[in-house]
Amino acid sequence: MADDNPEINPAEPGASHNEARRTFLKQSSLLTAMTFTPGPIVQAAAAQFDEKVAAAFEKVPLKLEVNGVKHKLSVEPRTTLLDLLREQLHLTGTKKGCDYGQCGACTVHVDGNRINSCLTLAVMQEGRKITTIEGLANGDNLHPMQEAFVKHDGFQCGYCTPGQIMSAVACIREGHAGSEGEIREFMSGNICRCGAYSNIVAAIQEVKNGGQKV
Amino acid sequence: MNQFQYVRPTKQKAAIDALARDANAQFIAGGTNLIDLMKRGVMAPQKLIDINRLPLTKIESQNGSLRIGALALNGPVAEDKLVLERQPLLAQALSAGASPQLRNMATVGGNMLQRTRCPYFYDTALPCNKREPGSGCGALEGFNRMHAIFGFSDKCIAVHPSDMSVALVALDATVLVSGPKGDRRIPFNDFHRLPGDTPQRDTNLEQGELITAVEVPDGPFTKHVHYQKVRERASYAFALVSVAAALSLDGNTIKDARLAMGGVAHKPWRLTDAEKALIGKPATEETFRQAATVAMQGAKAFEHNAYKLKMAPNAIIQALKTAAAA
Repeated sequence: MADDNPEINPAEPGASHNEARRTFLKQSSLLTAMTFTPGPIVQAAAAQFDEKVAAAFEKVPLKLEVNGVKHKLSVEPRTTLLDLLREQLHLTGTKKGCDYGQCGACTVHVDGNRINSCLTLAVMQEGRKITTIEGLANGDNLHPMQEAFVKHDGFQCGYCTPGQIMSAVACIREGHAGSEGEIREFMSGNICRCGAYSNIVAAIQEVKNGGQKV
Repeated sequence: MNQFQYVRPTKQKAAIDALARDANAQFIAGGTNLIDLMKRGVMAPQKLIDINRLPLTKIESQNGSLRIGALALNGPVAEDKLVLERQPLLAQALSAGASPQLRNMATVGGNMLQRTRCPYFYDTALPCNKREPGSGCGALEGFNRMHAIFGFSDKCIAVHPSDMSVALVALDATVLVSGPKGDRRIPFNDFHRLPGDTPQRDTNLEQGELITAVEVPDGPFTKHVHYQKVRERASYAFALVSVAAALSLDGNTIKDARLAMGGVAHKPWRLTDAEKALIGKPATEETFRQAATVAMQGAKAFEHNAYKLKMAPNAIIQALKTAAAA
């Protein structure tokens, strides 16, 4: 699929199992909340409705490539790249941690450079090539950094892991994995609440020392 | 986040015109601070003018200076060969800021225009004269651990968060701007403002003006330099106090010196009197200690930031010692 570069029309996304589940969770949690605390939640729901009406009038066209697949989209300007990936393209591997550029869970590569996808607008990425965690593996063969994270237990809960791995790959490509100290400095934009740092460093060192192409 | 119009001009003049005729518009470059502030409702521009497609990313050697385009990214600038060779202090300061991901997004122009990280500015439920003039300063008698010890007013005691700007003010850089009335050059020390009665204005940029580049004059500060940043974790945190120190040595005698501090005032804080106290003296700890004493004259602390009165002079001495030994 990645080789064919098909243009995907987001207006008619195929409703996958995951997507249906996500939609159900959203709706059911909203309904539950409404049952117990009507006042403010009804207000919030009303506000959301307003936003959706306005969005329909304000969408702008956007072309970009994600994991080798070209997309022709229509987005509201205030959509962040992170929300576009997760909500519109259903690539939920990229995580929303803090949503304010403080944790690194949303790290993706844009034209090969790692950035925080929560702090950039999708429309600003017109024509760019995005790589997310879903784009690292080659079919069923994991990327060497993914293998190393598994081998070294570079995670516990796993929520920060996609961001850690995207950063770790960039760290080696940039030439910033020369020593443990350098790795720690150049991985400082990725916070791990479980504290798997030592194992993350070990995974990066193994890939670096193994000399595999990342 | 509020709704806004989005435009992406490819010509500098179009960008300036768009901003000049709309008081509710903002340029967006890296977006690392603006998007953050918009999500929190602290800023709510009606129009965003995306300037990322303007050709302002070059780093060029000119006659007697290095010209760095306003849209050059912080990470690449910190590792640029010319910058490392000619202005290693700037490279160090840039590398000390933010995270690798943010440095790949943040531009040189945007770095200068960062808003303060004062918690009262960020929380729309609390008073802040910078965010909402006339509402009062919550930090004055509130939580003021991160706040200024120099140059504050009773309207605002916030500090400027940029590391890069501390190096640029020490290095006598110039900010190049272009606006509806033409081009002008602003000495770096005149670019940022003290709060006075108008803390809502961070800089002396006029409506519609675009930063196009920063010029850093060539100088003797290519070896004995150090950017000392004191923060609450080893990396990826704003400075409690930072010091940009640059020395030009003849044997052990200080021929020329530059010194500035971050995290202590509403603007990057140049220490010209302390520089004078260094020039002509031997590069010893005693000299550095005297300069630090001069530097701290006029400092005043609030309830929670008195530690800066000790931390700042110690950081100055440490920065100068490290620079001299470099």
